[in-house]
Amino acid sequence: MNLVPQPSFLPVDWWALGAVIALTAGCLLLLLLELLPAKTNSSRGAIVSLLTFGIAGYSVFRVAGDKRSLFDGMFVHDPLTVFFTLLFCAVGVLAVLISWDYVKRTAINQAEYYALMLSAVLGMVIMAASNDLITIFLGLELMSLSLYVMVGFRRARLDSNEAALKYFLLGAFASGFLLYGIALLYGATGTTNLAQMGAFLADTTLLGNPLLLIGSLLVFSGFAFKVAAVPFHMWTPDAYEGAPTSVTGFMSAGAKAAGFAALLRVLLRALGPVEAQWGDLIAVTAFLTMTVGNVTALLQNNLKRMLAYSSIAHAGYILVAVAAGGPDGAASAVFYLAVYSFMNLGAFAVLTMLGRGRDERVLVSDLAGLGFRQPLLGLAMTLFMISLGGIPPTAGFMGKIYVFSTAVKHPELMWLVIAGVLNSVVSVYYYLRITVALYMREPDGEPVAISWGAPAVIALLLTMAATLYWGLQAQDLWVLAQRSVSGLL
Amino acid sequence: MPIPWLSFLVFFPLAAAALIALMPRSAERSVRLWATIAAAAEFVFSLPLWWRLIPGMPHFQFEERLDWIPAIGAQYHLGVDGISGLLALLTTFMTFIAVLGAWNSVEKRGREFFALILALEAGMLGTFFCLDLLLFYVFWEAMLIPMYLLIGIWGGQRRVYAAVKFFLYTMAGSVLMLIAILWLYFMQKNMTGVATFDLQAFYQMPIAPDQQFWLFLAFAFAFAIKVPMWPLHTWLPDAHVEAPTAGSVILAAVLLKMGTYGFLRFAMPLFPNALQQCGPWIAWIAIIGIVYGALVAMVQTDIKKLVAYSSVSHMGFCMLGLMAMNPQGFAGSMMTMLNHGVSTGALFLLVGVIYERRHTRKISDFGGLWKVIPVFSVIFLVVTLSSIGLPATNGFIGEFLVLLGASRHNMAWAVVASLGVILSACYMLWMYQRVVFGPVTHEENAKLTDLTLRERLVFLPLLMLIFWMGVAPQPFLDRMQPALDRTLQLTNDRAAAAGRLVGQLVREAAPATTTTDATGGGQ
Repeated sequence: MNLVPQPSFLPVDWWALGAVIALTAGCLLLLLLELLPAKTNSSRGAIVSLLTFGIAGYSVFRVAGDKRSLFDGMFVHDPLTVFFTLLFCAVGVLAVLISWDYVKRTAINQAEYYALMLSAVLGMVIMAASNDLITIFLGLELMSLSLYVMVGFRRARLDSNEAALKYFLLGAFASGFLLYGIALLYGATGTTNLAQMGAFLADTTLLGNPLLLIGSLLVFSGFAFKVAAVPFHMWTPDAYEGAPTSVTGFMSAGAKAAGFAALLRVLLRALGPVEAQWGDLIAVTAFLTMTVGNVTALLQNNLKRMLAYSSIAHAGYILVAVAAGGPDGAASAVFYLAVYSFMNLGAFAVLTMLGRGRDERVLVSDLAGLGFRQPLLGLAMTLFMISLGGIPPTAGFMGKIYVFSTAVKHPELMWLVIAGVLNSVVSVYYYLRITVALYMREPDGEPVAISWGAPAVIALLLTMAATLYWGLQAQDLWVLAQRSVSGLL
Repeated sequence: MPIPWLSFLVFFPLAAAALIALMPRSAERSVRLWATIAAAAEFVFSLPLWWRLIPGMPHFQFEERLDWIPAIGAQYHLGVDGISGLLALLTTFMTFIAVLGAWNSVEKRGREFFALILALEAGMLGTFFCLDLLLFYVFWEAMLIPMYLLIGIWGGQRRVYAAVKFFLYTMAGSVLMLIAILWLYFMQKNMTGVATFDLQAFYQMPIAPDQQFWLFLAFAFAFAIKVPMWPLHTWLPDAHVEAPTAGSVILAAVLLKMGTYGFLRFAMPLFPNALQQCGPWIAWIAIIGIVYGALVAMVQTDIKKLVAYSSVSHMGFCMLGLMAMNPQGFAGSMMTMLNHGVSTGALFLLVGVIYERRHTRKISDFGGLWKVIPVFSVIFLVVTLSSIGLPATNGFIGEFLVLLGASRHNMAWAVVASLGVILSACYMLWMYQRVVFGPVTHEENAKLTDLTLRERLVFLPLLMLIFWMGVAPQPFLDRMQPALDRTLQLTNDRAAAAGRLVGQLVREAAPATTTTDATGGGQ
């Protein structure tokens, strides 16, 4: 059965590939532009990146309804690709907006910063669009290597170096796992193409084959590392804390979404039949991820670490949807990823504005009294915390509704749903701590200075609007999410 | 329908809250004026609920139905009947009173304070009006945020602890209800193929008794925390004591009614067989709450805490009336909800009045107020007597009907519960005696000023209501009775239907669950 379409370079294929081409070109252009002299404070890098994301998003949006399979089926343009490419472009735009003034005031080298951001997004797009394990690995490495450097961008700071090294070492191991898993899967099925692998597994009696099982488990572990699922989460708090705040925001949204995009495609297209053999493992991972993330977050006083553990917990909620499986589970995971990206980036947008110059003020106590001194920041942070806690009327609540309602359908997952909602009660405790600091405490000593910047405020307003809108009207995004997981190539 | 009146009632306070939040910070004075105008306007807009609701109608009135999330069948569906209509009137009335009473007690950040109170009002009305379970959950949880902020920002010494406790307790209860709602939703979808969160559709759906048990528990747990029933009541004294006066008033007058309303509208009619199973237990827990609340109130040294524990006791009566499952019990429970809202709200306002003047709420810091501030003392006396349930005040009629209903169901319930009535007379009158009678023991008390004109205006309508509901409760009973009878009828019908179908349903349910297993697990 020949599932490999012949490569056909029709004009429309250039649009489908537009995102990849634009991101590559933008990345190179940024590096070349460095040859031309510019003022230290120029916004050249940010503007070029914004344009690049705009072009990349537009070119995919233009052919959003089409389905294409390129490069011998290694790269596909289908609804899932479109959804995630647009999501990554939106994440990129927001990340540029929150970085705009932040990189200037912390004196980060702009050209390299934005070039790496573009290449990271390029890696994410490739991960989401790959229909072949090798291409997925390629995208994952491109994203990871860019992120390793970005995490260590504050060269002069020890914690940034430590974070980058830790992230790199553990990430290298995870990549090794993933690659080994791919090799074993290739050995078991004779292909790395997801469609062919799915077709092979659909009519084989060898589902219990240890090669196949170990291979798919190793692949799952590789992705679990990228999405920061327990027990592969150890790098997260350190990397999140040490990285520049804007990078933390970017990777918390983008890298997680990319990891889940690839995982979902692999599970839906290829490993679905095998997953039935170890599906309970995903449920257990989801439970551990939620619980460890939330319970540990209770003890954090550093906002970046707190949000790191909270991001682990959110990976756990998404894994609940993955454990539920099927198109509905995947759709609710996709929905959750989209709303999570916006609300989490919003929270980081607030954090990038705290402090002046190279100074970083990210302790919970730094927020004391902020809510009344800076009503916009207070309102924004409260909204994001409420949303992360899954309380209506915010997008985070709708995300939880979809995730838990897909899981409730499976009686064998009832324990996981109960654990999930109880976890969200635990999480509310530390999200409330932030509102307590904002509105119910007075600062000891001098209140934290705010670095206002128009781009960051725009990012803040955009994320607030998205968080509220999808909380009140979740229909459109849900339909998009459902469409994105149906009709995979 | 010409105008979406219920939506207007829900969103008018929200819009007013937004406008008030945008007013300049310097305009503290005009903020409270505008807030009062908005709350008064809202009350006036809601008044037609009194005469435009036709009591005998067999269904919800002024229904509004819009698609909200068609993909999952969630609707924006509002409607009102005699039960929710009266509670909505109580909400708008007590919010107005609370806003008017809070003029001087809010020293800073008045703009945020009044905006949050109005936002809270919107949430409460939405909770009473909505007939879609998902929408109900949204209002139910969203309502926590303004109350949390009110307690946490304007509260007393331990305000942060109290606010967080309030939030976490309520949330912990309600997330399990969320699972139950989703479970019901899929049950409906499997049975009829229609995906909907509509309450009336769930009323039509037969549920196997063994499933009812767990679903009922999930709902009952959420509502029992809100009521609050012993032993889940511990958040209440903290929240009440730490909350600012207006917050306490609204908390006591309306938020606690959410719990009993939830039982009446959702938990009891939806799961009647589980109710038959658990009802006696709940009734005994309610009775324990009545006696326990009264005994603990007796030993309190803080007036506000005493009133808070008296709430536990009074809300026990509401629950007991519901569990009696007869018209008298239901009517008594509903009357007690309204009475408790008015009387306890008034008590918290009175505590707020002396707290504003003396900055203490300790019983031992007062004494001999009768001679110093006679108007206050007289009002305090009337409200105290109404809280005890003296005939001719509102408290009497509610508790009498509850005890009547309870005695028709089980004489032992009524006997033990009536202990609560006696105890309530003890702790209230003892407290009143120590605060108001005797010589002036503290010099500061000799200089207290009596109620101002604004404060008298606050208490006047409350006193009028106390006597009106006490002397002529018939108009209230007329409005609630048909809706209560219908709820009772629905509950009994559903119980009978499930009972008749029990064998058949169990046989059907068993293969049905296995097929969902098979389709679910095979993904």
